[in-house]
This record gives sequence, C-alpha cells and structure tokens, in this order.
Amino acid sequence: MEGQGLNRRELLNLSLLVGGGLVLGRVWPSGAAEAPTALQPNPFVRVGADGRVTIWVNKSEMGQGVLTGLAQIIADELGADWSQVEAVQADADPKFGNQNTGGSTAVRTQFEELRQAGAAAREMLVRAAAQRWGVPAERLFAKGGKVHDPKTGASLAFMELVAEAARVPVPQNPPLKSPKDFDFIGKPMPRLDARGKVTGKAVFGSDVRLAGMLYAVVARPEVFGAKLVSFDEKPALQVEGVVKVVPVSSGVAVVARDTWAALKGRAALKVVWEPGENASFSTKALLGAMEEAAAKPGKEALRHGQGFVLPAGARRVEARFSLPFLAHAPMEPQNATAWFHDGGLEVWAPTQVPMPARQEAARVAGLPVEKVTLHVPFLGGGFGRRLASDFVAEAVEVARHFTVPVQLLWTREDDMTHDFYRPPSVHQLEAAVAGKQILSWRHHQVTCSIGQQRNPARAGQVDRAALEGAEPPYAFPSWLVEQTLLPVPVPLGAWRSVYASQNPFASEHFFDLVARELGEDPLQLRRKLLPEGPLKAALRLAGEKAGWGTALPAGWGRGVACCSSFGSHVAEVAEVSLHKGKLKVERVVVAVHCGRVINPRLVEQQMVSAVVFGLSAFLRGRITVEGGKVLETNFDRYEPLRFSEMPKVEVYTVPSEEPPGGVGEPGVPPLAPAVANAVLAATGKAVHRLPWEA
Amino acid sequence: MAKFTLDVNGEKRTVEVAADTPLLWVLRDHLQLTGTKYGCGVGLCGSCTVLVNGEAERSCSLPVSQVVGKNILTVEGLGGHHPVQEAFVAEDVPQCGYCQSGQVMQAVALLSAKPKPTAEQIAAAMGDVLCRCGTYDRIARAIARVARR
Ligand code: FES
Ligand code: FES
Repeated sequence: MEGQGLNRRELLNLSLLVGGGLVLGRVWPSGAAEAPTALQPNPFVRVGADGRVTIWVNKSEMGQGVLTGLAQIIADELGADWSQVEAVQADADPKFGNQNTGGSTAVRTQFEELRQAGAAAREMLVRAAAQRWGVPAERLFAKGGKVHDPKTGASLAFMELVAEAARVPVPQNPPLKSPKDFDFIGKPMPRLDARGKVTGKAVFGSDVRLAGMLYAVVARPEVFGAKLVSFDEKPALQVEGVVKVVPVSSGVAVVARDTWAALKGRAALKVVWEPGENASFSTKALLGAMEEAAAKPGKEALRHGQGFVLPAGARRVEARFSLPFLAHAPMEPQNATAWFHDGGLEVWAPTQVPMPARQEAARVAGLPVEKVTLHVPFLGGGFGRRLASDFVAEAVEVARHFTVPVQLLWTREDDMTHDFYRPPSVHQLEAAVAGKQILSWRHHQVTCSIGQQRNPARAGQVDRAALEGAEPPYAFPSWLVEQTLLPVPVPLGAWRSVYASQNPFASEHFFDLVARELGEDPLQLRRKLLPEGPLKAALRLAGEKAGWGTALPAGWGRGVACCSSFGSHVAEVAEVSLHKGKLKVERVVVAVHCGRVINPRLVEQQMVSAVVFGLSAFLRGRITVEGGKVLETNFDRYEPLRFSEMPKVEVYTVPSEEPPGGVGEPGVPPLAPAVANAVLAATGKAVHRLPWEA
Repeated sequence: MAKFTLDVNGEKRTVEVAADTPLLWVLRDHLQLTGTKYGCGVGLCGSCTVLVNGEAERSCSLPVSQVVGKNILTVEGLGGHHPVQEAFVAEDVPQCGYCQSGQVMQAVALLSAKPKPTAEQIAAAMGDVLCRCGTYDRIARAIARVARR
C-alpha cells in the first residue's frame, strides 16, 4: 500500500471523520508510521507526496458527471490545482457513506459533507505551512495546489507540506470557503472521464478482462415468472468453446471461453419451461382495466380545501390520458464479473447501488460481507435500471461453480425483456371552470405501485411515492388527487424521474386543454396561478428565451410545461412541426432552477439528455406484453431518438445561491407535456395516449 | 475452431475461434480490444462500429472469416489524439460514454470520405449510431470543429 497519510495509531484514534460521522475503515500497515508519504484525512481525498490529488467519488458514474462534479466540490475546498486532480470510483464500502446513486441526490445530499472532506485536508496543509513559517494559520489560504501567505507573498506547494500536514490532527469542523472564493464550484470544468471514453480506455463493467476469465449468458423464460421444468445440456456442450451448463435461479447459464460460444451454446440448449399463470397476461387487458378504474372514484391521496367540487353553474372539463410500460434500455446491457478466490469473492459490477449489490453478492455466495470486494467500473447508462442487483446475484450464482473469474453478460434481448419497467398509468383529469376561473381540479391516477410490488404488505394503502408530480403547483381554490393501484406480474422499477414521468404529463397537458376552454394563453395562465418562487422563475425565463407569443411557420405549434421534482424546478417550451402527419420536435428551450450550480456544463448536459430521453419515450417508447412476454426485444421496436431527430435544445439557468437541487432527472417530466401542448397548439388535438400516434 | 490472421490497427493478430464468430467478440474477448462495444448484436445501434478498409462497419454482424486480409481499425488504433478524438474531448461529448467509440469511428469514416460534410450527410452517417444519453448536439459540434480545420 503506497502513500498513506497517517500511521496506524493515529488512524485508530481517528474513529470519526469530518462531516457526517463516516468511520475510517482502512487500517494501513504500521511500517508507514515513520514516514507518512501522503496526506489522507478521510476516505475521500488524498494528497500524495508528489502533490497529486486523488479523489474517491462515492456515487456511480453513469453519464451524469458525478466523477467530475463531486471531485470539483472536494478539490475546490482543498484549494487544489485542477490539473493535479485524479478522480477514482470508490469500491463499495460503508466508509464512503451512502453510495446509492439515484433520485438525483449525488450533489444535493452531500454538498456540505464533501466540502468538509476537502476542507479538512486543506486545513492540515495550511496549519503545516503556518508551523513552518511561524505565522498564524488564519491568515493563510490554499489555492492552485499551494498554500499562500498574502502578507509576505510566500507560498509553498502542497507536495512540500504533505509530510508535515499528515501529522496535524484532522480538524473536526474545518472552516468552509466563502462562495465568492470558489475556484471550481460553479465553473464549467471539463469532464474528467471524457478522454478515456473517446479512446476506448475507460473500463465499463463488460470491459473487465481477467486472466483465464470465462463468459456466461443465461437462458431465461420468455414469460414472466415461468418455472424451469427441465433442460438438456448436451447440444449446448457440443458447441465448441462451451465449458459448462449450470442452472441458476433465473434460468440456465451457459459458460464458455468467449461470449460468442456462450451465445451459440444458449441457442442450442433445450429448455422446457412451465409458463404458469402469467401466460395470459397482456398489457392490453391491463390498460383496459386501468381505463375502467379511471372512470370510477379512486382512493383519496391528497386534497386541498374541499377537494373536487363542481358548483352549480360551473362547467366540467375532463380528459383521460394513458401511458405505457417503458424499458430503461441503457446502452450497455446488464453484466457483472465475479471471481471466487482466496476464500473470498471479488465482484466488478456496474451498479447504482454498490453496497446493496455487495450485500446481495455476499448473500448469494454465503459469505460474510467483509469477504466480498465490489468494484464499480463505469456504467454504460443507468436511468434507474441498475438500482436492482439481479444481474450481480446471477453472476455470483454462476461464478461459484468456478475458480476462475466469470463474466455474465445480458444480451440486448435479455435486457429489454427482463427489465424492471416503468409502470403504465391512466389518468383521469377534471376541472370545474366558470368564466375565466378554474374553481376546482381533480386528478385520478391509476397505476401500479413499485413500492407495493416489493413490499406486498403495504397493498391497499396509498403509495405516496407514486404521487410525485401529482400535486398541482397552481393556486386552485380546491383540488383532489385520487389513486387506484392495480397489481401486475411485470417487474416494476424506477425509470428516470419515476412517477414524475407520468403525473405531470397528464396534469400539464390537461392544463392547456382547460386554458383553451377558458380562452386563456397557457403560459400567462400558468404565471397567473403559480405562486412566486423558483418554478415561476423558471417558467418566466423559459417563456422569455423561447420568444413566447412570436410567430411560427405554418404547421408549427409551441407548448409549455413546468414541473418541480427532485429538488429542482424546470420549465420547457417545445416547438413542433407537423407535415403530412409527421411530427418533428424542432426546438426545446429548457429553463432550470436547481439552486447553486456546481458545473454549468454538467447541468446543461443533463437537461439536454433529459429532453432526448423524454422525447424517445414520447415518440416511440412502449413496452407491450402479450401472453406474458415482452414483444419489443431490441432497438428495432424500441428505438431511442436518433441523431437526425435531435431538436435544437437551449438550456438556461435561473441564477441562485440556494442549496443545490437534483439535475439528473428533473428535466424529464416537463418534456412530454410541453411537446403534447405544442401538438395541441398546432393541431387543436390533445395527445391522449403515449407514445404519440398521428 | 480455426486460425485466422487479422490485420488489426496495423498489426497482424492470430486468433483461434469458430469461423462464424463476429469480429466484435474476436476484438473484445480474444484481443482484449474492449473499446469496441456490444449494444444490440444485430446492426441496430452502432456501438460496435469499426473501420474495415476505411468503411464504417458493424463488427457485431461481421463474421471473422470475412475480414481476413482487410484493414481493421478500432478506436484503440486511432492513437488517442486523432483530430476527431480531440474534437470530442474539446466539446465534452461523452456522458455515460458507452456509445462513444462507435460515434468516434463513424465520425472518422464520415470525415475521411467527406472532409466538409453537409448537415444532411452528417445526419445520414451519424443516424446509424444510437446514443441513449443524447449527446447528439455535441457530436454535431465536434464534427463541425474537425470540418472547420
Ligand atoms: S452491437 Fe453492433 S450494431 Fe449494435
Ligand atoms: S454517451 Fe451514453 S449512450 Fe452515448
């Protein structure tokens, strides 16, 4: 173990870390006691004897830019020279705190804690310099990888201070920089992972290559929940390169010397499945049942004032909207590599949940969790799919039959037909209107509960998590949100923005139908009904930048929608053209209020990415189940947006010094309703179901 | 199994694989050239794009027996500082990055055939490579950056 900052005794004394009570988990060899060669006050940052800064990023990099964004926060408080910073993905380890990467939380839940981690190292360097110069530490500051004394103009590079700094006690509450002194926070620092990703050097889960490694694929049942009856391994074993066939909980694994042999072996394998009761399940029947349920009252979930009332003389406006199952389809299919050796297990898993994945690996292996090491390579997309650890468990189940490493790879077909899908939903919306007023509002959400599928004991209750984005942000005198949940045998999971990908579609699109009924401009009506605050600021900015109200070419339409989710507030204006029934989204203006921005480039990337993700779903996203099987098996029938369909996207940020909000997901919810509203403006017709059909 | 000698990134490489093995798995599993990615296996996504005699091809759909004697160029063979790679870095194109080798190789093929491509030519060529993260606008900027030089 090279380069450690503290000797063993010091480490053991430092049971508590800065900010949030993280416990130091690593004990270094005591031989290092004489000459500490690096400064490492906590698991997140190390300053090496050569002055290089290593930052451990505790959230999984799946495209959202945490490797860069979180490193910026720590490096800023440290006063690092950015060119000396290296960010590495942390292994699964409780010493890194909560590593779960979801809910757009990487920055917003750890901003202060990560600042403190960097500040602790900086304070130690500053105190070492103060000792060296014999001046008060208070007047010194760190910047550009050096400690400076403004009074004398002297400076010392970190590398000259590391050995002494490592002997300074770790400060418990290091002072944080004033935001006006930020060097990296708020700046468009280029992505640290860019070069590796365009040269083929970046290692994704499926790129792990180890000596003697074998490759596995699993034959799975097509029908959800079907049971394995029997299999004949002989034809598979006859395929050259196939080494072994092993049954696993999810099916039958074929293990071979390369992926191609494994795939051919799987094709040759003869498996008999008992389809079971789900063989009669179809999305058509489910959506029919949802439509029926939507027509009836649901369970009261949220209410303001008297709920929904239709006073005498008021008119009723109503509409129903239907949304499909969706797959995540990250570009890299699921995979994991597992290797039993030296009495333990080593796993490489592109996971959004390193610790739960490690625990799951330990459970399947029958090992205590301390005997399991889990590395997190790059994730080729996540979008919520990698919150599940099914593929990790499967890899471990296969690898336990071997002493060499085994890489389990899912094919695209496996990935698309065995996802944890975004649930479908039907929404019944009603408004009571009189004159130019909206008097009351009702939203009945009919969907399937992700939470209750995991925990059936909660069936019958309202699923609060499913209400994300259902509460009207507008000052309606009274409103009611109802919910009806139907059970479903299809595995469900969180899909980028979760239920906020559904509820605001229905309510924000319906809002425009109501505005038309009232003869009001949809943007002005929103501004009238939104309280002052971040969402309204975003809406105003989006309208301004989009040139709301200016003329558009014939056949075009413009629509707006806005939504608060995951701690941020986003308004989007879409411009669409329709020629001979062909819909093209020409331009999308995004305005986001996400509190303090850590990296404006990353915010912009996430907003653009959310537009593409939302638009892919709007135009073509649909998973159909028939006879208990998914019909869309590859990118031909589940085709994300392509290059030529890319709208012009502009992103604007409302300046703010409030604590950071999320950015990975909040751009998704307003996209679909903004586009639907633009279609409505162009054609006069509402979009009652997704994906869009001419 | 049979022996095949391939010309990959200017080097002769011999592998012993089944004759129907797609080039993709030869590169990834036998030559440890994992820059070339698997995304769909059936020619729909372009993640596996490599250049064969200068043309962009989907290595998932190309049996090894068909590429013997041809020049195969993978993302690793660009050397790391190819103008297209530099432009992708300058525009901060990658997000998750999984599609990026395919995007880079497709762009290299396009720009070597048409150093000043029109918007239509760019759209036609790049349409073959999916990006689930939606990096298309920056890819377009990176291509324009190279074309301007
Ligand atoms: S993996 Fe070859 S085109 Fe998708
Ligand atoms: S960068 Fe993630 S798929 Fe393109």
